[in-house]
Amino acid sequence: MIPLSNFLIVGAILFSLGIVGLFLNRKNVIVILMCVELMLLAVNINFAAFSHYLGDLGGQIMVFFVLTVAASEVAIGLAILVAYYRQRRSIAVEDINTLQG
Amino acid sequence: MVHATTEMTLNTMELMAIPLLPLFGAMAAGLFGWVLKDKLSHWITSGCVILSAILSIHVFSQVLQGAEFYGNFWTWIASGDLVVNIGMMIDPLTTIMMVTVTVVSACVHIYTIGYMHGDPGYPRFFSYISAFTFSMLVLVMGNSFFTLFFGWEAVGLFSYLLIGFWFKRESATTAAMKAFIVNRVGDFGFAIGILAVWYYFGTVDYREVFALVEGFLATNQTMHFLGMEIDTITFICLALFVGAMGKSGQVPLHVWLPDSMEGPTPISALIHAATMVTAGVFMVARLSPMFEYSEVALAVVTIVGTITAFMCATIGLVQNDIKRVIAYSTCSQLGYMFVALGISAYPAGIFHLMTHAYFKALLFLAAGSVIHAVHHNQDIRLMGQLRKFMPITYITMLLAGLALSGIPPFGGFFSKDLIIEAAYARDMGWVSQIAYYALMSGVVMTAFYTFRMFFLTFHNSDRVPAEIKAHVHESPKVITIPLMILAIGAVGAGMWGDWILNMTSDEFAHGYFRDSMFVLEGHNPLIKLELIEEDHTRSHFWLEYGALVLALTGIGLAFFMYFKESPLPAKLANMFPGLYKFLLNKWYWDELYAVTIVKPIRNLGTFFWQKGDLAMIDKGLIHGVIVGSVKTGASFMRNIQSGLVYHYAFAMVIGVFGLLTYLMLNA
Repeated sequence: MIPLSNFLIVGAILFSLGIVGLFLNRKNVIVILMCVELMLLAVNINFAAFSHYLGDLGGQIMVFFVLTVAASEVAIGLAILVAYYRQRRSIAVEDINTLQG
Repeated sequence: MVHATTEMTLNTMELMAIPLLPLFGAMAAGLFGWVLKDKLSHWITSGCVILSAILSIHVFSQVLQGAEFYGNFWTWIASGDLVVNIGMMIDPLTTIMMVTVTVVSACVHIYTIGYMHGDPGYPRFFSYISAFTFSMLVLVMGNSFFTLFFGWEAVGLFSYLLIGFWFKRESATTAAMKAFIVNRVGDFGFAIGILAVWYYFGTVDYREVFALVEGFLATNQTMHFLGMEIDTITFICLALFVGAMGKSGQVPLHVWLPDSMEGPTPISALIHAATMVTAGVFMVARLSPMFEYSEVALAVVTIVGTITAFMCATIGLVQNDIKRVIAYSTCSQLGYMFVALGISAYPAGIFHLMTHAYFKALLFLAAGSVIHAVHHNQDIRLMGQLRKFMPITYITMLLAGLALSGIPPFGGFFSKDLIIEAAYARDMGWVSQIAYYALMSGVVMTAFYTFRMFFLTFHNSDRVPAEIKAHVHESPKVITIPLMILAIGAVGAGMWGDWILNMTSDEFAHGYFRDSMFVLEGHNPLIKLELIEEDHTRSHFWLEYGALVLALTGIGLAFFMYFKESPLPAKLANMFPGLYKFLLNKWYWDELYAVTIVKPIRNLGTFFWQKGDLAMIDKGLIHGVIVGSVKTGASFMRNIQSGLVYHYAFAMVIGVFGLLTYLMLNA
């Protein structure tokens, strides 16, 4: 039987990948979206693993919720991206700095 | 909680209505003047004050039969040992003030209807004078030092507001400020006096304090003040008297009173002649149980009164502004009253206060009527021969002038003579002697300046500018009727006062005032005076009629110099140019204050403004230190705000990591 810690380590690695991708990526907003997805999936793995080892189905139910939210988030995110691209003709992260005011 | 302590009590509702009616009128006109408009405003305020006057007279008639009232209505302040109640002390002294205040105020209210007609601040004016009446009534009716102080400050406030009533005129606002600031000097002393009373006696209630005074003296208390050891009672009395000097225009705090004539004439009559300026006199008389025990304080009161009476009379001789002549006369007459108090002739002082209130208010209102007629010109050099146009004003002013000069049987004769005779009878060494001679010389000057002004206004040659002359007319009835009412007071107050003062019955063993004012055995000059007059071995002609002779001399001099146009006054002025200038410039008091106080303070202010505020705070602190640090700080902080989402996300994650690490390490 695979111990819980292995799952957790996989989850942690995926999560870290997601975070690092968030910062290091300078190219494309889509990559940011993908990184966010990655982080959510890492959390999902944790949920599933804990659910299994604690014998509580609640965690796996939560995974479905997270997946649903993630899917809708991506849908909206991509829609925003398309709209943004039409406006600015670019979705390079470097160019998106209007928050500066 | 009402508990009266006398067998024959007065109706408390009636007593409370007397001050509250004018307050109601003031609030109605002040807050709702814009709805009520001019007519309703003046009817409500005047009606309230007239009602208040009628109630006062009713209370007076009851007090004449021996009624008195002393009681508290409710607690105002209760803090630790200090308990201040709102209550009233109604005795002969209070009632005579109440009647004087409300009657003069009622006349002034009616007069104002005519005088201020068409003024844009019409309801405001009525609101102020009604509120003033309320404050003055609180001042005289209260039964503790705190109600006295409340009234004292409130009348000062309304005096300020009314002097500066025409606030668009710079001279009016300056005069108002001058009055307020000079009064602040006096009130500082006054406040110290009251606090000292509380500190040493532990109460601020009149009766309780008065009851403690004798026991307090038995322990022979002294206190240290500025390194000197002085008698506590003397200190308290002198501090309180400083307040009286400020409010009652005594040297050296008299400078504001003539300037206050910038205000509309009705308030000159009400506040700066008849009522407010006599608050100091009232206060000293009310606190006679304290002043009596301090020979020093009494001497100071006498000396200050003497100097003021003499000095202001001399200034009045040469002034050309009709209102200023009367204003200096007011200062001078207040000096007479203070001399009366200083020599322990309290009834005489209050008697003169009352007669003075009527004839001086009349004099002012008549002067106002003249000013109204000649289109707000106040210079008597540009008047003359006005009697043909304004007969009622002419006659009433003549009566007031005779009363002021002390011609029998008019008001001033009885009261002023009594003061002078009392000064003669009182034995205070050189103090009362100087007072006696100064007051005697004051009589000549009083008669002279009064009739100088009178002749220059109504007789002499016609010097009214032609374009004004076409419009000169007698004032309307609302102005002349109050003049006539006050004329009755000016004529009758002396005889009437003489009668009640000498009233003797079981109730009034000591005349009308009973024991409302305290005089030490051996101090009372009025008793001594009787003894002197009973001594028929010597002639008393000079004592009894000396003042009258001098007054007639003064009037005669004025008649010679001013009744017809004559070169005499100009010649006289040319003969003593130095003296003339000295008097015309009011003994250079204003200049003295300008050099010693106003200029240094102004320079200090300029220094703080230029060096302290502009150079140090503005340039050094704001534009130097603060702006500099903000700029450097901002240029650094600006870099953090890149606008790139991943920078913000990074900061966020670092933050979360930091927080988690901290929590884990401290768990």
